[in-house]
Amino acid sequence: MDGKEKSMIQANNLWFLAVILFLATLVAACATKESLVTETAVEPAQALSSAEVDKPEPLKSPSESLPSSSVPLEEELIDGQSIDDLNREALLKAAFFKYDSAELDTVAQDVVSENSRVLLNNPTWLVTIEGHCDERGTAEYNLALGEKRASVAKEYLLELGINSSRIRVVSYGKEFPFDPGQGESAWAENRRAHFVVTSK
Amino acid sequence: MIKIKLFLLGLTALLVVTTGATLAKFQAPQLSQQPTEIELTISGDPGTPPRFAVPDFVAQSPEDEELGKMLARVLWNDLAFEREFYMVPRDTYSTIPSARSVEQIPFNDWNQLGADGVIFGLLKRTEDTLRVEVRLFNVRSRRSVFSKEYGGSNANVRLYAHTIADEIHQQQRALRGVARTKITFSSDRDLEKVSGTIENRNVKEVYISDYDGANQRRITVNRQLNITPAWSPDVRSIAYTSYSKGFPDIAIARIYEGLLDNPTGSVGNNFLPAWSPDGSQIAFTSSRDGNSEIYTVNIDGSNLRRLTRHPAVDVSPTWSPTGTQIAFTSNRVGTPQIYIMSSDGLGAPRRITTNESYADRPTWSPAPFNEIAFAARTGLGYDIKIYDLATGVTRQITFSQGSNESPSYSPNGRHLAFMSTRRGPSHIFTIGRDGQGLRRVTRQGNNHTPNWSQ
Repeated sequence: MDGKEKSMIQANNLWFLAVILFLATLVAACATKESLVTETAVEPAQALSSAEVDKPEPLKSPSESLPSSSVPLEEELIDGQSIDDLNREALLKAAFFKYDSAELDTVAQDVVSENSRVLLNNPTWLVTIEGHCDERGTAEYNLALGEKRASVAKEYLLELGINSSRIRVVSYGKEFPFDPGQGESAWAENRRAHFVVTSK
Repeated sequence: MIKIKLFLLGLTALLVVTTGATLAKFQAPQLSQQPTEIELTISGDPGTPPRFAVPDFVAQSPEDEELGKMLARVLWNDLAFEREFYMVPRDTYSTIPSARSVEQIPFNDWNQLGADGVIFGLLKRTEDTLRVEVRLFNVRSRRSVFSKEYGGSNANVRLYAHTIADEIHQQQRALRGVARTKITFSSDRDLEKVSGTIENRNVKEVYISDYDGANQRRITVNRQLNITPAWSPDVRSIAYTSYSKGFPDIAIARIYEGLLDNPTGSVGNNFLPAWSPDGSQIAFTSSRDGNSEIYTVNIDGSNLRRLTRHPAVDVSPTWSPTGTQIAFTSNRVGTPQIYIMSSDGLGAPRRITTNESYADRPTWSPAPFNEIAFAARTGLGYDIKIYDLATGVTRQITFSQGSNESPSYSPNGRHLAFMSTRRGPSHIFTIGRDGQGLRRVTRQGNNHTPNWSQ
């Protein structure tokens, strides 16, 4: 066993401890049954051992736009890693835009309708559509442009039969570029409506 | 005009007399006769600004010598900032003997160096207090034209120099200096990652800084996106766009009380807050009705009003100094352009940018200037331009050194803070409204959307 592995296992143990501690407080707060502890404590730890171990992010992650009642929080705990996996694997695809445009061209429309089929097959999923822009616009105007891109994608999802209550839009303007580089290929990559699963 | 100026001079003369009288161990300035402009205002050679020198302040205790140097350095910078005086470089004073008291000031040497005015400062520090006495001497007449004593906490020594600079600008030039103002901006310098399901996104937090870049402090701590901060007119609060709930909303941080307000009530997505000049309202952009429009709301959340009704994007509001008008950006002609409308939303907006391919982030100057600065596309990036509302003429003050965006006026209207990529990363700079006197404010991380306090 080399040092790297050892430290990974130590990190694992720490992580496991953190999960237990967090759950203990959660349980104390909710005054629920003990069965919940074992059930939920095991899962993230298992999921973790198979994934990269370096970030204990899911626990800290806020429940996005969800109400902060205990129900979705527990659910996220149980399935937190899987939502991250879903988003990492990009089961829902991004729709791309032309420069300074918030119109869905036919390619982008196809992407959104493909996403609508995934959402119809997974009726419990909630999704946030993020609007992003390339760096060529100003920071301020891009907040509105990103908003428009996300809204246009949402409107199309509604037309395809997805319930409005399942979709939240958010604009990140040019704050979170997917490709930090310059040039048309980076810019094209950053002009998008990005679909994020926030609950399942 | 002349009458008003004389009246102001009379007032400052009174101030000098009273404060001068409290300096028992100094000779009070001789002001028994009627004060005139010649006596109190130091002038330079005809057609040139007066030349001022700021030697090190004299420390009563040798261990405070560095403080004396620092006070002089900061004061020199503050006085140089408004470009009302020619500041004689401090590294040319080495041949001039230092004076421990007023009587020892070598006026002949200062005269030979070409100084019209010279500062004499004295400081005394205790464990937690600082006392600073300062005088400005007319080198030719050898008379004190400004004489004051300051005392208080020694927690922020630079504030003493800033206060002296503001008062000298006021007394010598009837000018409101900005040495005690602050700039707020957002920065990713902490290199922290947003917590959430999407990886590798850098947080941006709201920072504040003195106008000269000193005392940079982080205000928000939520490890999310916190952008487009704006000082309240009383400089006790900062409104900003906060993503702490996962979507953009207006937050007001009352920084001295540690309280957080949310005037927009999390309805829809809300961003880009702008304070009304009286501090009672916020103008902002919201998509609550399905499209980005401009709204105003009282800071307690009451009296929400929608000002724009157009299917295009309306964004980036800024108030006129009287609060009766709002300038904003709209792409209703297909590209982002600057418009002006009444702040009650009545009447049709008037477009003011007609020769720009892309214009955003209008910022209305304070009086007496009557102009709107904005970022305009010039080639690949942006430059700061200024539209004169009286003449309709637009001038440019930055020239394609990097991209230059997000202008914000200093409270006296003579300077602008803006974001520039001229040094690679995004940094905050200040510049005169004439395009001269560039200064750098930030040196760490990427910094955006500066806003200058009152």
